[in-house]
Amino acid sequence: MTIKDLISSSFNILRTHRLRSFLTILGIVIGVMTIIAILSLVQGLNRSVEEQIQSLGSNTIFVQRFSWGTGRMDIQEIAKRKEITIDDAWAIARLPAVDKVAPQRNANISSLNYQGRTAKQVEVTGSTPDLQYTTNYSIESGRFINQEDYNRKGQVCCVGGYIVDNLFPTEDPVGKYININGKRTLIIGVLGRKGSFFGQSQDNVIIIPLSTFNKIFPKPIGMQAVFSGISIQVLPKSAKHLEPAIDQIRELMRRRRGLGYDKPDDFGINTQESLREIYKNISNIAFIVMIGVAAISLLVGGIGIMNIMLVAVSERTREIGLRKAVGASTRNILYQFLFEAVMLSIIGGIIGTLLGVGIGKIVSAVSPLSAAVPVWTVFLGIGFSAAVGIFFGIYPANRAAQLNPIDALRYE
Amino acid sequence: MLIQTENLTRHYTIGTYVVQALRGVSLAIENGEYIAITGPSGSGKSTLMHLLGCLDLPTSGKYLLSNTDVTSLSDLELSRLRNQSIGFVFQTFNLLPRVTVMKNVELPLLYAGIDSRIRNEKIEAILERVGLAHRKTHCPNELSGGEMQRVAVARALINNPQVVFADEPTGNLDSKTGKEIMTLFNEIAQEGNTIILVTHDPNIAGYARRQIKMLDGQILEDTK
Repeated sequence: MTIKDLISSSFNILRTHRLRSFLTILGIVIGVMTIIAILSLVQGLNRSVEEQIQSLGSNTIFVQRFSWGTGRMDIQEIAKRKEITIDDAWAIARLPAVDKVAPQRNANISSLNYQGRTAKQVEVTGSTPDLQYTTNYSIESGRFINQEDYNRKGQVCCVGGYIVDNLFPTEDPVGKYININGKRTLIIGVLGRKGSFFGQSQDNVIIIPLSTFNKIFPKPIGMQAVFSGISIQVLPKSAKHLEPAIDQIRELMRRRRGLGYDKPDDFGINTQESLREIYKNISNIAFIVMIGVAAISLLVGGIGIMNIMLVAVSERTREIGLRKAVGASTRNILYQFLFEAVMLSIIGGIIGTLLGVGIGKIVSAVSPLSAAVPVWTVFLGIGFSAAVGIFFGIYPANRAAQLNPIDALRYE
Repeated sequence: MLIQTENLTRHYTIGTYVVQALRGVSLAIENGEYIAITGPSGSGKSTLMHLLGCLDLPTSGKYLLSNTDVTSLSDLELSRLRNQSIGFVFQTFNLLPRVTVMKNVELPLLYAGIDSRIRNEKIEAILERVGLAHRKTHCPNELSGGEMQRVAVARALINNPQVVFADEPTGNLDSKTGKEIMTLFNEIAQEGNTIILVTHDPNIAGYARRQIKMLDGQILEDTK
């Protein structure tokens, strides 16, 4: 019997039991669908997270009171640490491996109004002119804040695209005044757009000189200060200078904070790499959990296939006897039933893959998540289902193959 | 010599009880013979047919089919032998229910690994021979009992076997249709095929040229 004959005879049998075949493969369909949908969403997520991380400025170092990470954070302890100061920033700026330094503070204002229009949840960043380089800002129109703005604590700001969309849909914002925390502030520039991240706009920002920020926003106290104190963005001279810069900053900061050689760092030096680590940790856990769920569904699907194949073997006992009588060997019968099981599961795998890709597409169409379907996930889905078919088909097929032809022919 | 057996026995164990279905059968059958094996139920005629048809192996004794010692063959060799040298016709037809007449007749050719073009030629020819050329695309549930048995006969003959076994071939047919089937067997026998009928019906046995009567697992009478 050739493969072609096997395929056509298996197809025939699956076609005659359409409903049964459909119900049998449902488990596989759901399992493979879940796997493909998860993989494509995770791939898409990985890609957009990577883009976001890149957009932070590829080599930018963040000096803060705490380290980024997924471990337990002892906020009480962090709150006792010395604050990062502007003087720290200027000291870092003099390090040999360092190119640009931008100390910054952030605050959130719940709503910003202009002539009856409102922008909600606006992030205000107070910083220095070099922020443009450390955070990769481009300028759409006007100019970025400069040293003079900083020196004279000027009431000037740059605004992101989200604020333009909400407050200045039809006019040029440059030259207009908005009210930030009660202070009339001149818009001097519009920032280039950075897009959105997890459905949250990255263009919902206003940048003002840090000196101005310190004037109009009160100094944070207590717990608040832990996360809203000064942090320093540092750009090393080149990618090669990243590691030396980190070492130099650590050495400098430990000295400035008077830490003994046996004391741990009481500050954090964070990079894109720390963000990647955090993301990897979170997404790996989510990934493993979801793959586990999908694997259980494949297992259930496989048991379904085994069950229905056992039913088929007992239903077709006489057929097996006859096939043996006309010349089928034990191996012929084994292959025939194994082939049917594998065919069932592969069809399930193909349907599941298509549905999984479809779900990915739908999710990326209606939500901020994006989906990507690498070709290998398709092979993975179909390969997985074939493996399930073989694994769960071998026992029923072997039972069929071992039937004694005489008993099988007599079977009622 | 086509078939030669020496002191063939077959015992079955059912629990602790041993059934002696065959107790020493020695038999010689020439090519082209038309034989009926008869006997009441439990006489061992079906067991003998299963052994001669290579569906089962004897407990002891010797069986040569075309000078090949069947008892020493592997599963694969036995299945090849059944495919190439033996044809079966059963009382209950044993057709695959959901496939066409052509596909049913094709089955032994598939296991023989024959090319599809040659398969189709052979199927056309054999269906013509048994008078079912006009029914080839029908499924068994659209056929009469006589037609189903003709399909089974076509299937048994398709690989030009050395011997055809027919186990109560008219048992599920009315007497008129039964006669038609026996006429078909007569014709096939006249064409030089070796046919072994297994039946308890003396009328059917009467069609054969040689009668082997069995009782209690032994040959009672052989009209050779």
